[in-house]
Amino acid sequence: MIEIDNISKSYGSFRVLKACSASIARGEVVVVCGPSGSGKSTLIKTINGLESIDSGEIKVGSFRLAPGVSNVAALRRSVGMVFQSFELFPHLTVLSNVTIAQTKVLRRSKAAAEEKARFLLERVGLSAHIAKHPAQLSGGQQQRVAIARALALDPEVMLFDEPTSALDPEMVNEVLDVMTGLARQGMTMVCVTHEMGFARNVANRILFMDDGEIVETADAAQFFDSPRSERAKSFLARILKH
Amino acid sequence: MMVDLSAIVSAWPYLMQGLWFTLQVTLVGVAGGIVFGSLLAIARLSQNRLVAALATAYVNLMRSIPLILVIFWVFFLVPWAIGWLTRSGRPVAVGASLTIFVTFVLFEAAYYAEIVRAGFRSISSGQYSACDALGLSKFHAYVYILFPQAIRNVLPILLTQTIVLFQDTSLVYVISATDLLGAATKIAQRDGRLVEMYLTVGVIYFVLCFAASQLVKQLQGRLAFGVR
Repeated sequence: MIEIDNISKSYGSFRVLKACSASIARGEVVVVCGPSGSGKSTLIKTINGLESIDSGEIKVGSFRLAPGVSNVAALRRSVGMVFQSFELFPHLTVLSNVTIAQTKVLRRSKAAAEEKARFLLERVGLSAHIAKHPAQLSGGQQQRVAIARALALDPEVMLFDEPTSALDPEMVNEVLDVMTGLARQGMTMVCVTHEMGFARNVANRILFMDDGEIVETADAAQFFDSPRSERAKSFLARILKH
Repeated sequence: MMVDLSAIVSAWPYLMQGLWFTLQVTLVGVAGGIVFGSLLAIARLSQNRLVAALATAYVNLMRSIPLILVIFWVFFLVPWAIGWLTRSGRPVAVGASLTIFVTFVLFEAAYYAEIVRAGFRSISSGQYSACDALGLSKFHAYVYILFPQAIRNVLPILLTQTIVLFQDTSLVYVISATDLLGAATKIAQRDGRLVEMYLTVGVIYFVLCFAASQLVKQLQGRLAFGVR
């Protein structure tokens, strides 16, 4: 489904991504973890072209992304993305947030788009809030709307960029529950997250990044029980201390 | 010297005609200025360097010369330009009203452009990313997502600039147009009623602008505490 082949990227002299390669199968749930500043967010943003790459190649389904490829509209239609800070459109209602791209990008009729939106908002447990504006919702609710917004375009892949990092602790689980449900239904997912419980229980595989490199790729259970690299060991020791 | 109220009463209908023209100029200036200004703002933020440079040059030029000079340019030079372009050999009169409408749109657009640009810059980069991630075209992103937020973020400044524009319309007296101040000046000179006329229009300007600025203040409060 996703082939990341030897991609690199620099900001000036700072190399954010160093020859990263990874392969993600259809239906697989992959968690990208690692210390902050290791290039995790940059890596997943290259998958839908939000970050350009300097060298290498990414294939998503039949779409090929390489340096200089700028027409990414088709790619973005099949890849949904959820951001750390939700990025709902504050001037639109919850319902409009979920319908706008359907009507403008997929050219669905207003009725079809609203039907789809209601279905998805029900699925993330927010049917009661469709007429509200984002600012009237809690962080967890906003993030669930953002997930529904991304799902509305029927993506083949969902990218999550630290979806729970901006949330109060008591709201983390409602978002993780939705993500877990999505994973169980067979969605291909790439998640940057610090939620190690989610990583261990839901992810098929872990990509461990440090300093712009993919240091280790392992099954979730294996990664947590017996990490191979020293860097992964010290990372896990630091975050699982308490 | 006594203030003669009857002079004000008899001049009132003519003053109101002048006020109507002032309001027309304001409306055209606001509507045209915001539309053209928004295009300039988007052009200045464009990735295309040439487009951005042209828009920047225009905005800087307009903001660096007095409004009264632009009025003169359009009034005296445009007729020559049209005459030359149509090869008629002589200037083609544009007329005071059209001159004024065109001038205010061209001039105020530069100021509105800077305000709208500030509005765009106040939107977090994540909103742009969200538009991109959803596959929205640049056009759709600007029209449905970014522009409404930009305008909302700068609405009080936009309205304040409009009050300034309303006052600036008084400059049209230099080409003898009959706006509120023009009407007052004509009657003042014809009837020798300088005190009555200039006090009256002063009160009219004050009432309208003060009311408008109070409205802006209220709106500011509502935007600050209201739900976004």
